[in-house]
Amino acid sequence: MNLTGNLTRRHFISLTGAAAVAWEHVLSGAPEGSPNYKLTEHWWGMLIDITKCIGCGNCVRACAQENDVPEGYFRTWVEHYHVDDWHIENPKVESPDGGKHGFPVVAENAGKDFFVPKMCNHCADSPCTQVCPVGATFVTPDGVVLIDEKYCLGCRYCVQACPYGCRFIHPTRHTAQKCTLCYHRITKGLTTACCEACPTGARQLADLKNPQDPIHQFLKTHSVQVLKPHLATGAKAFYNGLDGSVR
Amino acid sequence: MKDAGHLFRLAGVFLVAVLAFLGLRALFVPRSFGEYGHYRGDAITDIAALPIVYAGHQTCETCHTEILEEKSKGKHAGVACEACHGPQAKHADDPGSIQPPKPDAAVLCAQCHEASAAKPSWFPQVATADHSGSLICTTCHRAHSPSLGSPAKPGGQP
Repeated sequence: MNLTGNLTRRHFISLTGAAAVAWEHVLSGAPEGSPNYKLTEHWWGMLIDITKCIGCGNCVRACAQENDVPEGYFRTWVEHYHVDDWHIENPKVESPDGGKHGFPVVAENAGKDFFVPKMCNHCADSPCTQVCPVGATFVTPDGVVLIDEKYCLGCRYCVQACPYGCRFIHPTRHTAQKCTLCYHRITKGLTTACCEACPTGARQLADLKNPQDPIHQFLKTHSVQVLKPHLATGAKAFYNGLDGSVR
Repeated sequence: MKDAGHLFRLAGVFLVAVLAFLGLRALFVPRSFGEYGHYRGDAITDIAALPIVYAGHQTCETCHTEILEEKSKGKHAGVACEACHGPQAKHADDPGSIQPPKPDAAVLCAQCHEASAAKPSWFPQVATADHSGSLICTTCHRAHSPSLGSPAKPGGQP
């Protein structure tokens, strides 16, 4: 078997042409089915504005319906924080049913109360993807952390690795699941279900590679934080008005 | 050299094993594995192809132009249709036969506007029991443009 011997010059030249076309396809990163969407032209994140969240639970319900999230599990949830005067290291945090049905009325009190929506931070250097033994979870070229359900063994390694508690094992599919940043929507030019359903604009999908995206102006003019910055996860869920008590 | 035969046999076994490994690998590892990294590139396409449930307000607005106009003048201008009406992609696909249920104003309005110390102070909120007693919100307010300057239609319809 002599491969080089069988390869004529004509055949070789035609092959380099095909390789060039294939390589261009890889470089442009166009997934089939979304012809106008180019992976390399986006870098997705999310802006969460604490000062706008009213704890209505619309985002949690929308996420559950859009993504068929099983009852009792959450790809996004809302936490109610209560900080007693100066005790910012010991906040009282509650999230009844993930905030899916809103929160009980909080009476006026001496402390401070606010809501914090949580979700996958779509970290650029995500701890969860680094531990997967089978290449079932990964950061896409457009900055979204996804799970390949066909490859996931359900070993739970990633569930433990996520410092934000954003992953769970689906009770019947027995694979890891998490927020996909509504990848099936954003690749079609729509916003995420949680952003669509948020009545106050407390959640804003952000394309960090798009110079026209209002996120850039917002980041320039506001004090914005990520959760657990000391872990250097490259988190891309940016919080405005985040209190020091939030973990 | 007369004892070298076993080395060739071993090399042969090794070669067969390597070829078998390469063959099986080509058979079982999907072509798109490694396209972008150490994962199946087609997984991205699979996830992107999932069906949508929330149609998006842009879709609603292509038909419901009157409501868009009414809404754009009021305080609910920034609230997307499906924030109150729920997911409507099925309705958008087949508007004739799939009619969305009318939201229940007695429950819906309070979900956002019930007064609570945890809500930001800029957000309009009322203690519904004191504010209107048993009257539902749409008796006085129009859902799409809630200011009292625009009175509700007779019968409390938004």
